[in-house]
Amino acid sequence: MWKHHAKLERHSLLLIIGILIVVAIGGLVEITPLFYLESTIEKVKGVRPYTPLELAGRDIYIREGCYVCHSQMIRPLRDEVERYGHYSLAAESMYDHPFQWGSKRTGPDLARVGGKYSDSWHRDHLIDPRSVVPESVMPPYAFLAKKELDYRDIQDKVRTMKAVGVPYTDDAVKNAKADLEAQADPFDAGGTALKKRYGDKVAQRDFDGDPERLTEMDALVAYLQMLGTLVDFKTYKAEAPENLR
Amino acid sequence: MSPRETDDVSGVETTGHEWDGIRELDNPLPRWWLWTFWLCVGVAIVYWVLMPAWPGLHGYTKGTLNKSDRADVAQQLNELKALRGAEGAQLKNASLQQIESDPKLQAYALAVGQSVFGDNCATCHGTGGAGGKGYPNLRDDVWLWGGTLEDIQHTITVGVRSDHPQTRFSQMPAFGRDGIVPADQVNDLTEYVVALSHRPANAAAVTRAAPVFQANCAICHGPEGKGMPAQGAPDLTDADWLYGSARADIKGQIWNGRGGVMPTWEHRFDPETIKALAVYIHANAAGQ
Amino acid sequence: MQTSSSNEGRTPLDAAIVLTFSCVGALLALLAAAFTADPLFRFHMYVFLIAFVIAAGVMTAGIGAGRFRGDPKSYEDGVVRAGVIATMFWGVVGLLVGVVIAAQLSFPKLLYFSDFGFLNFGRLRPLHTSAVIFAFGGNALIATSFYVVQRTCRARLAGGLAGWFVFWGYQLFIVLAATGYLLGVTQSQEYAEPEWYIDLWLTIVWVAYLLVFLGTIWKRKEPHIYVANWFYLAFIVTIAMLHIVNNLALPVGLLNHRSYSLFAGVQNALTQWWYGHNAVGFFLTAGFLAMMYYFVPKRAERPVYSYRLSIVHFWALIFIYIWAGPHHLHYTALPMWAQTLGATFSIMLWMPSWGGMINGLMTLSGAWDKLRTDPVIRMMVVSIAFYGMSTFEGPLMSVREVNALSHYTDWTIGHVHSGALGWVGFISFGAVYCLVPWLWKKEKLFSDRLVEWHFWIATTGILLYISSMWVSGIMEGLMWREYTPQGFLANSFVETVAAKHVENIVRMTGGLMYLAGAIIMSYNLWRTVRMPGSATETSAAAKPALASAS
Ligand code: HEC
Ligand code: HEC
Ligand code: HEC
Ligand code: HEM
Ligand code: HEM
Ligand SMILES: [Ca+2]
Ligand SMILES: [Ca+2]
Ligand SMILES: [Cu+2]
Repeated sequence: MWKHHAKLERHSLLLIIGILIVVAIGGLVEITPLFYLESTIEKVKGVRPYTPLELAGRDIYIREGCYVCHSQMIRPLRDEVERYGHYSLAAESMYDHPFQWGSKRTGPDLARVGGKYSDSWHRDHLIDPRSVVPESVMPPYAFLAKKELDYRDIQDKVRTMKAVGVPYTDDAVKNAKADLEAQADPFDAGGTALKKRYGDKVAQRDFDGDPERLTEMDALVAYLQMLGTLVDFKTYKAEAPENLR
Repeated sequence: MSPRETDDVSGVETTGHEWDGIRELDNPLPRWWLWTFWLCVGVAIVYWVLMPAWPGLHGYTKGTLNKSDRADVAQQLNELKALRGAEGAQLKNASLQQIESDPKLQAYALAVGQSVFGDNCATCHGTGGAGGKGYPNLRDDVWLWGGTLEDIQHTITVGVRSDHPQTRFSQMPAFGRDGIVPADQVNDLTEYVVALSHRPANAAAVTRAAPVFQANCAICHGPEGKGMPAQGAPDLTDADWLYGSARADIKGQIWNGRGGVMPTWEHRFDPETIKALAVYIHANAAGQ
Repeated sequence: MQTSSSNEGRTPLDAAIVLTFSCVGALLALLAAAFTADPLFRFHMYVFLIAFVIAAGVMTAGIGAGRFRGDPKSYEDGVVRAGVIATMFWGVVGLLVGVVIAAQLSFPKLLYFSDFGFLNFGRLRPLHTSAVIFAFGGNALIATSFYVVQRTCRARLAGGLAGWFVFWGYQLFIVLAATGYLLGVTQSQEYAEPEWYIDLWLTIVWVAYLLVFLGTIWKRKEPHIYVANWFYLAFIVTIAMLHIVNNLALPVGLLNHRSYSLFAGVQNALTQWWYGHNAVGFFLTAGFLAMMYYFVPKRAERPVYSYRLSIVHFWALIFIYIWAGPHHLHYTALPMWAQTLGATFSIMLWMPSWGGMINGLMTLSGAWDKLRTDPVIRMMVVSIAFYGMSTFEGPLMSVREVNALSHYTDWTIGHVHSGALGWVGFISFGAVYCLVPWLWKKEKLFSDRLVEWHFWIATTGILLYISSMWVSGIMEGLMWREYTPQGFLANSFVETVAAKHVENIVRMTGGLMYLAGAIIMSYNLWRTVRMPGSATETSAAAKPALASAS
């Protein structure tokens, strides 16, 4: 056996091919089934693509690195379910390119933070976390409220999301900009069309307390306020065998 | 291959190769190492038999233990309910007053309330409920929406200006911003409100503002400014301020007519928990 | 491949290629900067432009002056020297940022600036992780691999200027990634945060790296490939595979910095941690084991303990590592069968990992006295001990029931840093302490006393760091799940945040000590380089074995 190994030591191509084969196997066996096994993602009602404003907010969440402190993945452990709400389903992040499950909880889980606080609390908290939670170690994000949202490329973003597999309609792509503006302004007539595309539960309002401007704070708060609100757990059968896993 | 040599120190043969002066001994695999490795492999195989493990084309091996985290947590939550015992069940049926008058039940409700308050309410109402600017103090006896057990329970259930269909709602107009009263009268009104709370104020301004107050503010805050819980309109004569006692704060409120939002908790908590919270808040506040 | 030495008058081919490449690159960058509407993308195109213009300028001047004709009879050590300097530079930067973010968590009121988003924890943390892993660790790996592969193959680095291209291309990647994080250019996948165009650039550099490394092996004068080179090769090839797959993404536009990953949700999560875990396995483990396999026997002047063990643990390690990724996703929405595989393969990974530790430690048998006399050896031995410890802790944390407690907490951070500070940091420091006198042709280091100081300060720092994180991690894990006798959660989340204050300060102190050690080391190395050249060509290591062989 040891003698045979000498072949690999003498032929670098054999060695490299050997390495490639050996390191490819694990990934292939583990990852590919996730794409074809039906049981990977639960069948649920209510999960929809992000509205353009939420998508813009999500990009800010990513840009600011909120994911380094906040998870969006409630594990099926009793303390987590009691603290944060129903455990997260795979279906809830199936349109998340990329996923935001996180790996560290310096701050609490945010998977179900939507609706837990008021917009103005989020604004206060993001501007100066210690003004509302004295013990907090979270950074302040006052600049978000000052900065106009740059959404010139929102249509490209929605189109790209569609291209990687998120079921946006052509209509949704075409009207991305109008939808974004409509959502941040409670009096915008485009709200009806927005809700037709994304559902009646979509919140249409000024999120940052400054109706005159459409800021990055508007987008981020719109995103935070919808987190975890899509699946209706009253109708979801958590105990059904196909959902257990 | 170059000839094998023996290393002087260990007495072990080398492989006969040398790279930049480095040689290799031909020691065998350490026994304990090999056996521990096989032991780990054994553990893994046992694990695969017991647990869901290997994927196939249409499914995966389910494992003989039929294990599911999701089923486990459901069961654990049921066990918790059992642990919470008789009181938990009683809480469901008892009225708020019954809970408060039964020391055992009350103690239990307080424990629940305290636990839930920390993660859900303290972020706004402060540790222990001491409040902050825009977020009412829940430890005093001043109430925007009424301080009976039922009032508190209702506030928690539906929230204030929340997206609950039956939410408590009222909206103070933005008198200054929307030009309902001219700017100089807003200044006068500020003095008037300062005077209401028994502090020195510009007498002339107070006199000028009196009719304006009666015309615009009394419907909500009452003719004497004592507030109106049904409207969530605060008492302006006491020393307790939601948005601050300074003239700038008061003027800001008359100008902008802010209205705080308290979320509804109906979807997050079951009715027992909300009951317990109401009892907890009531007990803490009454104590002050 | 070969640098021409005979055709004196002609421009060397490799120099011409690099020149053309830089000119084309500069032109593309200029066009992209001119036409994009995206300010962040434009900024990065300017960075590219500046880099390419400088490269083109240097190439033109150099070709004019008749340089770039490497002597095929000697080793290419210039790029290794540059790599050593870069290693120390980025090391200090990365550690400094680590201390800053540790301080931010300790004193948030003092160290956050509400109008400077780029100094917030969320942006500095990826800067720290990338700076220490990719900038510090990566440069250490590239530099040592170039040194080791030449010595153990008795061949000059292949590809002429390609080695320099790898070096500078890699620095450009670091600058793009680092400035990107500060400005908010990120894909948010941990350890793979750089955006699509930076990923593409790294792919080019990495392929060049692979070719240079392989090319040198092809040219070798030794019949057998040394074990260190197996590990380097596995590291380079596997990182290429991981990098490409995990970064598959569709740009929002060709002139837009943002891209969206091809995968979503659960599939994305597993691809990411297949990548993330094996960034640990192949970058932070296989690569540094390669380093160990050269520098430990070299410094101890003892043979490697067991050839057979090196074969078995090499193949077992690289085969099993790949499977262990799901241990980062225990109890998540990842199907449980995958979690089981992750846990079991992690447990089976324990012994293959320890194979490296045994081979490293036992190589010292017969030379244990050097632990007392040579602080550099001591550093490397402690490094191997930390490697052993974190590869025991890792499988332990992979057990689902343990991970239920440790996941999301500071325990993970403690585990990371016992591997990172103890293993990765110390083995690199050891290698660099060896390399500097060899490369700059000095008899020895400027001061062994300073190495002693470095060793003790840094070791104390590590112990403070990891023990404080064990305490705070286990404490917060227990506090999160603690119930009152009535059966209700005992602690609110913010109580657990407040409870970690002291541990955070201890961790910061430990980090500060570790940083202090690295600064002492930099000073020591600088003085070594500045020592009057003793340049005794007799020093065994400094002498190119090549000439005698060819
Ligand atoms: C340094 C780590 C850190 C970063 C970075 C961070 N946070 Fe936090 N976050 C915390 C901590 C600690 C808390 C808990 C204390 C508090 O409420 O402030 C928290 C709490 C929160 C909460 C309240 C959650 C709840 O249920 O009470 C929200 C919402 C939030 N953060 C959003 C964000 C967003 C959005 C970002 C990025 C723009 C962000 N955080 C970045 C540490 C962080
Ligand atoms: C998003 C922040 C927020 C959170 C979280 C929150 N509250 Fe409130 N709460 C408010 C605000 C704002 C008001 C005052 C509404 C107003 O201005 O009329 C209020 C009012 C109240 C009142 C009425 C006080 C009065 O004077 O009548 C009670 C009782 C109360 N909250 C209890 C709770 C409890 C219990 C919880 C947790 C389950 C909670 N709150 C969570 C913001 C919050
Ligand atoms: C439609 C009802 C309504 C009218 C009319 C109204 N208010 Fe108010 N007022 C409120 C409510 C409700 C609040 C509490 C807002 C909250 O809870 O966030 C409030 C709060 C205030 C406060 C802040 C109290 C504190 O504790 O910080 C002041 C001062 C005030 N009102 C003054 C006035 C004056 C002066 C006028 C007349 C010009 C007026 N209000 C008219 C409903 C009204
Ligand atoms: C046998 C070897 C090892 C195993 C099985 C292992 C296992 C683990 C586990 C279970 C986690 C925690 C995942 C979580 O709960 O989120 C983890 C995290 C980590 N480990 Fe290891 N570990 C090993 C060796 C090492 C070594 C040698 C290093 C070197 C530095 C290292 C670096 C890391 C890093 C950086 C993380 C954090 C990943 C993240 O969440 O960002 N590990 N490892
Ligand atoms: C001066 C020394 C260092 C200090 C003070 C330091 C500090 C920190 C801090 C504060 C964090 C964030 C932890 C959190 O989010 O709670 C962190 C994360 C991290 N550091 Fe360091 N660090 C140091 C050195 C290093 C080195 C040398 C390496 C690698 C070679 C490293 C690799 C990492 C990694 C991989 C993470 C992310 C861990 C995770 O996501 O789980 N650090 N460090
Ligand atoms: Ca706005
Ligand atoms: Ca990337
Ligand atoms: Cu891992």
